[in-house]
Amino acid sequence: MARWPKPPEGSWTEHFQLGTEPISYEDSISPEFYELEREAVFKRAWLNVGRVEQLPRKGSYFTKELAVARTSVVIVRGTDDEVRAFYNVCRHRGNKLVWRDYPNEETSGVSRQFVCKYHGWRYDLDGACNFVQQEQEFFDLDKADYGLVPVHCEVWAGFIFVNLSRQPEQSLVDFLGPEVTKLENYPFDQLTERWFYRGTVNANWKLYMDAFQEFYHAPVLHAKQTPPDWSSAAQQAGFEAPAYTISGPHRLVSTAGIHPWTLPDNMLKPMERITRSGLFGPWDKPDLAYDQKAAGINPAGCDPWGLDSWQIFPNFTILVWGQEWYLTYHYWPTGQGSHVFEGTLYFVPAKTPRERVAHELAAVSFKEYGLQDANTLEATQTMLESRVLERFPLNDQEVLCRHLHKVVGEWVDEYKKLEEAGV
Amino acid sequence: MTAPMLPAEFADLEPFASTWCLPTESERFAQRLAVPMDEMQAFYDAITPRFEEAMAYCDTFPLDNMPEDGVNLMHLLYSMIMVSFPVECWGQGPVPDTGAAYLDLLVEPGP
Repeated sequence: MARWPKPPEGSWTEHFQLGTEPISYEDSISPEFYELEREAVFKRAWLNVGRVEQLPRKGSYFTKELAVARTSVVIVRGTDDEVRAFYNVCRHRGNKLVWRDYPNEETSGVSRQFVCKYHGWRYDLDGACNFVQQEQEFFDLDKADYGLVPVHCEVWAGFIFVNLSRQPEQSLVDFLGPEVTKLENYPFDQLTERWFYRGTVNANWKLYMDAFQEFYHAPVLHAKQTPPDWSSAAQQAGFEAPAYTISGPHRLVSTAGIHPWTLPDNMLKPMERITRSGLFGPWDKPDLAYDQKAAGINPAGCDPWGLDSWQIFPNFTILVWGQEWYLTYHYWPTGQGSHVFEGTLYFVPAKTPRERVAHELAAVSFKEYGLQDANTLEATQTMLESRVLERFPLNDQEVLCRHLHKVVGEWVDEYKKLEEAGV
Repeated sequence: MTAPMLPAEFADLEPFASTWCLPTESERFAQRLAVPMDEMQAFYDAITPRFEEAMAYCDTFPLDNMPEDGVNLMHLLYSMIMVSFPVECWGQGPVPDTGAAYLDLLVEPGP
């Protein structure tokens, strides 16, 4: 007996017309598919590269390495406060413009202009070339023709996105669509305490997306993270989401929550009880006034409500917790069988040492779970690559995995058609 | 005899200070992998009963302007959280079945 009502079709999967047959994971192991995906997905979709708080003042900048597109971009707040993005390359002889110590590592800082380390060409924060070393030695060179190459850059709800296509097919807001953009009513700008994690995972980027867009795995893979009484109850119950939403290429899973402080001691770890915190966040919520309905959050109206996790195409997740904090995930492909995973936690800044300690347990818990997820993916990738199996059954709680692979396939097919048509 | 790292009220925790008063998560995580289980258990057993008093002491200061021994005590509390996973869940330093995975914390709030 389902704890939560399913759509009239009998399942979420049928409701969203995604097909119920076992699916192929060829899209996660084929080098040829990966090459197509780079062009069809990562050079056409809007990609989130960070938040405006990472650019606190005029001249603040950070670089983003985009191995999937074999490029690097620099994002900068100009003297007019506009956020702009440029390819991170000097117009003179193609040297990477902004880097420190290691050319392939990301960097950030504040600057009045960018100066190439090689021959000293200089660029204003708006990309204009303003100085050429020994300019008189060049032939008919007009600095006005040698500004930095701009990258399409738009900001939504404080999230900075870039688009690497020559001309994006949609504006950022049109790309995000009417459901995702409701989230702009969430007060992201108040949650500025930032924890930034990064690791390399030897698995296709979509496998990690899959791991975090279904919770069917949670009672099993993470069973030992909780006391035995909790784990057996969780496995007994299994996982059911009260609501899934699909909006264009994007998808949401919403979950019901618990009030840990109402649980008996045999259901909690002692550390959770004494610090009043845990994986789901601090037990004592900050004052965060916002209109849940306007933000489209908790669509099933759960009380208590657990979390809403929006998977924003292609590789970005915004996960808002019922305990009034949020996190983001980014999955940056580096090959068909590897990617860089970034997890960023955002809290309302701790006002007291006690609040700060509660944040610490939430963050440390996040990593304990994340390590289990990441390591399992490597075990999955290697055996998918063995090609012993070709089709894999997905259940109704894995509906969003089905959707991701379908959408990626559609973008690749569309790209191939455009290429064939010579567009 | 080196100068104490912790406030005088927490002299009983001083034997753990040089090992566990570590300012970053990466140092605390590395220490958790390096220190034997019985020592983590001893640290956990010593500090958890003092949690409320330690927290009450730290809460007498503003978070952005704590004295050095208060900051050290905060770092000791962060380490208490770090060792709680080996002690309460795993019975070993590393998370089981995570040999190939890592997740580096590159930006974290103070103090």
